[in-house]
Amino acid sequence: MEWEVVIGLEIHAQLATKSKIFSGSSTQYGAEANTQANIYDLGLPGVLPVFNEEALRMAVKFGLAIDAEIGMKSVFDRKNYFYPDSPKGYQITQLHEPIVGMGHIDIDMGEGKTRRINVTRAHLEEDAGKSVHEGFDGQSGIDLNRCGTPLIEIVSEPELRSSKEASAYFRKMQSIVTYLGICDGNLSQGSMRCDCNVSLRPKGQEEFGTRTEIKNVNSFKNVERAIEVEIERQMDILEDGGSITQETRLFDADKNETRSMRSKEVANDYRYFPDPDLLPVIIDEEYVEAIRATLPELPEQKKARFEAEHGLSAYNAGVLAASREMADYFEVAAEIAGDYKITANWVMGDLSAALNKNEISITDIPVSAEQLGAILKNVKGSDISNDGAKEVFNAIWSGKGSDVDQLIDQLGLKQVSDTSAIEEVVAQVLADNPKLVEGYLNTPEDKRAKAIGPFIGATRKAAKGVNPQVVMEVLKQKLNELG
Amino acid sequence: MSLDTNQVLAIADLSRLQIDEKSITEFQTNLSNILDLVDQLQAVDTTGVEPMAHPMDAVQRLRADVVTEDNKREKFQKIAPSTADGHYLVPKVVE
Amino acid sequence: MHNKTLAQISQDLQAGEYSSVEVTKHFLDRINTLDGQYNSFITVTEEQALTQAKAADELRAAGNANEWTGVPMAHKDIFCTEGVRTSCASKMLDKFIAPYDSTVADNFNQVGAVSLGKTNMDEFAMGSSSESSFYGAVKNPWNEEHVPGGSSGGSAAAVAARLAPGITATDTGGSIRQPASFCGVTGIKPTYGRVSRFGMISYASSLDQGGPIARTAEDAAMMLNVMAGFDKKDSTSIERDVPDYRADLNKSVKGMTIGLPKEYFSDDLDPAMAQTIQAAIKEYEKMGANLKEISLPNTNLCVPAYYVIAPSECSANLSRMDGVRFGHRCEDPKDIEDLFKRSRSEGFGDEVQRRIMVGSYALSAGFYDAYYKKAQQVRRLIKNDFVAAFNDVDVIMSPVAPSPAFKFGEKSKDPVSMYLEDIYTLSTNLAGLPGMSIPAGMINDLPVGLQLIGNYFDESRLLNCAHQFQNATDWHTKTPTGLK
Repeated sequence: MEWEVVIGLEIHAQLATKSKIFSGSSTQYGAEANTQANIYDLGLPGVLPVFNEEALRMAVKFGLAIDAEIGMKSVFDRKNYFYPDSPKGYQITQLHEPIVGMGHIDIDMGEGKTRRINVTRAHLEEDAGKSVHEGFDGQSGIDLNRCGTPLIEIVSEPELRSSKEASAYFRKMQSIVTYLGICDGNLSQGSMRCDCNVSLRPKGQEEFGTRTEIKNVNSFKNVERAIEVEIERQMDILEDGGSITQETRLFDADKNETRSMRSKEVANDYRYFPDPDLLPVIIDEEYVEAIRATLPELPEQKKARFEAEHGLSAYNAGVLAASREMADYFEVAAEIAGDYKITANWVMGDLSAALNKNEISITDIPVSAEQLGAILKNVKGSDISNDGAKEVFNAIWSGKGSDVDQLIDQLGLKQVSDTSAIEEVVAQVLADNPKLVEGYLNTPEDKRAKAIGPFIGATRKAAKGVNPQVVMEVLKQKLNELG
Repeated sequence: MSLDTNQVLAIADLSRLQIDEKSITEFQTNLSNILDLVDQLQAVDTTGVEPMAHPMDAVQRLRADVVTEDNKREKFQKIAPSTADGHYLVPKVVE
Repeated sequence: MHNKTLAQISQDLQAGEYSSVEVTKHFLDRINTLDGQYNSFITVTEEQALTQAKAADELRAAGNANEWTGVPMAHKDIFCTEGVRTSCASKMLDKFIAPYDSTVADNFNQVGAVSLGKTNMDEFAMGSSSESSFYGAVKNPWNEEHVPGGSSGGSAAAVAARLAPGITATDTGGSIRQPASFCGVTGIKPTYGRVSRFGMISYASSLDQGGPIARTAEDAAMMLNVMAGFDKKDSTSIERDVPDYRADLNKSVKGMTIGLPKEYFSDDLDPAMAQTIQAAIKEYEKMGANLKEISLPNTNLCVPAYYVIAPSECSANLSRMDGVRFGHRCEDPKDIEDLFKRSRSEGFGDEVQRRIMVGSYALSAGFYDAYYKKAQQVRRLIKNDFVAAFNDVDVIMSPVAPSPAFKFGEKSKDPVSMYLEDIYTLSTNLAGLPGMSIPAGMINDLPVGLQLIGNYFDESRLLNCAHQFQNATDWHTKTPTGLK
């Protein structure tokens, strides 16, 4: 039987506010346990929430970025459940009236192709604390620093059809929130987390199969892996005529398997109701438009511009526009170099390779966009060869210098492109190699292109740093003169 | 509206309350009576009536995004039942 | 000294008749010698009070005093007071030393008042008799076999017993007005949002409101001047100027229209009560006020609506009491669920557990629309009744409770009969209106209060009506028989 995979993602993104969503505690990551948990975050008796205006602004910004309906009236609800990292015994979230309604994004399908995925909603809520299970001899330690960090939970429609699409969607969301500057997009620190809802149904069938939810998958790669193993697991069960139990599962990256989260299996009745300590959040068109005016150029728009204005391939434009840092680096370098194509090839080729090899991100690159621009300016002006450019690039990377022109001189990479000078050298080379010349002249016209090779080598040996193109032309001309 | 023992135990569980055997029946009667009392609401026709969450129908005020709290961990953990190097301790939480 | 009102003590201090230390010592001595029989205080902060009093006297000597400097008062044990146990009369918070001040407590500190301690109450303010306190029941100074009312029974009893001239309180369904009525003192529940709820331990967030209990309307006004005001720490606090609540006290009530809801004066109202209330209203007629019968058709729905909304909100508000970060924790829990369940069952009394369970049930899957949503719709109907009524009248008057103070155990066995005690007071909490209780007569040697209900933010008018009544009558000056 042929199965169709149905995937929906719930992405939690921490908003990059200074203070928490309902309190004046810092949201700084990595502080000592409970040093950023104050009376509000600890849920002490008598404390009350007051809503952070920046969290609202950021959520609306996101809504506008995915072309969504904005909730002009949104309401906070209490989601009741007991858990040691949930101090109030309920989480403040938005159930019926979220700040962001139906929207959509286009995900990259490779070769510059894209696919539109609808986003059901995105709502504001508070993050929970963390439980530490090691180092407290048999007990768990609770750290509430993260409590109250603002989150938007972004819920996709169940329109993703493969693990690849799922990770592409996750990537695209990361790229959007970082472009907007509303989330640092740091997966390893948990700034973005993903829950995957996976189910299978016989191809062509309308209604969905029973789904399982894989909680807190924390990397693009793991989203793919987790979904793949879950699909296999479900398929095996279904092929054997079994049925799927709706449950929450956990992805074990080491064992590369998903397993049921028993602790969450206790039947949960969240008893949602409007939080009586908070009032409805009402915004108007003016407020929304003011935020719209602050929207930066988004990946889609950048990609389009790179293609239209600078003639980049859809693929290159897509890759370069994916990350804001990469795109900014690229544009600065290209402006200075005066050539977007050369720069694009460089950034996607040698530069990306170097980043991967050294496992660092574009933000930590030792060669500044200005420096790369200066290097490539020389390539464009044929003052140095592409190999020369690599040498300078590596020199700066390894800290051997910072001034591009100085390095070109020091490394003697300047190309001689002056024809008269080259003519002399060539004349000398021809004079010194009569046999080669004879051999060349005896070579039939159609084979001569190949036979010219040795002369080029000899010429470049005789005079370092001569521009190969010029050498080629001069040689052709001289040799043809000989007959 | 009268509740049976299992319903009472289910509600207690939902509320994270432990009811001992001997008081179950008492809770059962009392809760049932209270529900009878509030069930008078069911007779009222409220079609088209907007639910009222707050007397004033006021709207939410916004707080400026500034950090106003500093670290008072020692002070707060003085009143905690059980802590160790800055963490609140609870029986092992299994996931 | 203890028979003086708050206003008189304030004047005496300003006139230098006696020092703050003297008057503070006097009340502390009374509490120490007399409160054994009333149990109206949970915590007496003797040391702190004397330090505050000393500081107040120094301030006055330096010429930096105001009318509140050094005036003794106390707080209901529901208001967080930094460094002082704030128990809400629950075993759950028996060891909870609040690490911060409620806005109300802070306001009184700012003006230099002296806090004598924290008064007893029904556990987490859930009750109408102050019998459910972990620290034992409060006795009614008028007759120790009778309850003082609740939930602010400690505040009302202490003021009646002259253990403090004025004490803060809270009112979620009548918890200021009913004990004030039972103890023959004066109390006002302001408009919802008028007094900050920050640091006031939540029972039912959309109904809770703090207010004062004192002997006279003038004293209540003086306290409300300190308590009322916008607080940016409370999202439900109202951004609106606070008048001087004493400014209108002496206005005449001539020509004022008083609404009498026929539903509150139905045949099942106890005749003695009806008679007493009618007599009180007559006084207003004498003063030139006009009477008008009005109708609040949805009155009978107040009790059911309240007993869905309040338990629902409390079921969530009390979830934070889980034995993890503060409060009672059970002995060696075997796992996390055991920790939650035993800590809570051991920490909460029966009535609190009942209300939590009713709330959990009303909010649980499938019941939300039938209970919580329905109750909120009914709540709007109740509000609309009042909005309509206040088109025709300036103030509404009624009994506070169906009867004077009842005996211990009379209703505590049957929750529903206890709930019906609040039949006349719940409506103002549901609508968010200000309500007041003033001593208006006696039945069987027990005081009875008259309820005044005002339009939104019309506290000044209520206090004015109350003050005029107290100028014309002496019910508020009566002291419990045999009180030393």
